Amino acid sequence: MMASRFALLAFLALLAGCKREEREARLAPPIAEAQGAVLVMPNGISGRPHDVIAAQGDAFRNNAYQLSQGKRLFEWFNCQGCHADGGGASGPALMNGWWRYGPDPVSIFLSIRDGRPNGMPPYRDKLTTEQIWQLTGYLQTLGASTASLASTSRNDAMHSRPAENRAPAQAGHTTRPSP
Amino acid sequence: MNTARLPHLFLLLPLAGCSGWQSALDPRGSTAEELHGLFWLFTITCTAVWGAVLLVLAAALWRRRHPAGISEAQQARSERRSGVAIGAAVAATVVIITGLTFASYLATRGIAEEHPEALTIRVRGYQWWWEVLYADSAPHRAFLTANELHLPVGRPVRLELATADVIHSFWVPNLAGKQDMIPGRENVLVFTPREPGTYRAQCAEFCGIQHAHMALRIVVEAPADFERWREAQIAEAAPPMTPEEEAGRQVMESKACGACHTVRGTAAAGTLGPDLTHVGGRQTIAAGMLPTTRGSLAAWIADPQTVKPGNNMPMVPLTAEELQAVSAYLARLR
Repeated sequence: MMASRFALLAFLALLAGCKREEREARLAPPIAEAQGAVLVMPNGISGRPHDVIAAQGDAFRNNAYQLSQGKRLFEWFNCQGCHADGGGASGPALMNGWWRYGPDPVSIFLSIRDGRPNGMPPYRDKLTTEQIWQLTGYLQTLGASTASLASTSRNDAMHSRPAENRAPAQAGHTTRPSP
Repeated sequence: MNTARLPHLFLLLPLAGCSGWQSALDPRGSTAEELHGLFWLFTITCTAVWGAVLLVLAAALWRRRHPAGISEAQQARSERRSGVAIGAAVAATVVIITGLTFASYLATRGIAEEHPEALTIRVRGYQWWWEVLYADSAPHRAFLTANELHLPVGRPVRLELATADVIHSFWVPNLAGKQDMIPGRENVLVFTPREPGTYRAQCAEFCGIQHAHMALRIVVEAPADFERWREAQIAEAAPPMTPEEEAGRQVMESKACGACHTVRGTAAAGTLGPDLTHVGGRQTIAAGMLPTTRGSLAAWIADPQTVKPGNNMPMVPLTAEELQAVSAYLARLR
């Protein structure tokens, strides 16, 4: 009797897995505006995102839909043109854990929105604030050294680096790459 | 109304599908005609066979069993008769199935025919719209458009079907059968539109949350009208005529619009969304969502995620003046 009740409870617990991930297609305009209001350090490197990002559960890092949108934007807006598939070409690599302006999401956000010296163009007139955050969230997964529950889907074509939905290998870099 | 009649009215409802601008039972093209003939041949033959089987079943149920004490001669005669009947039924089955197979073979062979003088058009499915490329041996005469296909009546057309993302399926019931658009390969559909008119196509393979809103219009027109339309499409975008339209062009070029959309003849040269060079001349916007008017263009730009949730057009923050200007400009691009 006790055992069958326990089995029933276990089955009910399984049903919790049926909940679908939230997919927010339309961001209310005031929230979209707030997402762009980042506090930046005077040197333009690092800062603090608006509270609204945390209030939404850091969706750009934790939501598979947001990450997938970031992955599509990476291809659509030709990030590969300079950064290759994340390994770097005429632009720096994005997946070795070394960030020229620090690993802070605000720094990555600012690099995309406002551009950086030596070639990185600003995308503020090409992408919306939400899209820049989606890209930022996706870029952070490229060099991640810890596994995450949310990930994009795999490529249809051959991967030139480990698929995003694979748990990352232990970070093995000991020396900083020459700039 | 008498409520007892209501079920009868519902029975009549399916008949509404027998004609109209999106119906396989109202063929206006070569392939659709072949398939239409095949459909009725199969339907009538199978109905006749079904009726015959039911008749025989009813007769068998109706007839009384033989009384227990019949002579051996009578029994032998009865067995011979049923042997003949079963043999005839088997022969009829073979003849009918062979006939239908042959008819189906002939019809599909007719569909696959190639025509050297066919008009070649490349159609590419996107989530959730259609890109249409009219190829030409002279590169400056090739042009892109979206969600609307113009065809000259009576000339064979060769559609090269591809996809940019997931599997879609191209289906204009009035003109031709379904053909899937599969990532990494190109499928070809050849048919000849026979009657002028406007037909509706719909993606026929579930391709994501806005699959139901992935429609395409096909305008079949006289060859002279088609050539006129084609020349107009080849031309660059119409220049802005008023200061408001000029402001709209600047919004198009300087805001995010130009990052995804092309307006030939301006700095807007993005390739991710539909080509907007002659968007004002198309009957609908957003793959059949709304009729093209200045108002619907403004509504779409102001909030694309409410009109068609999940589509890839972001809500770009614009001031009221910018929105007015850009919608005036786009409506003018005929």
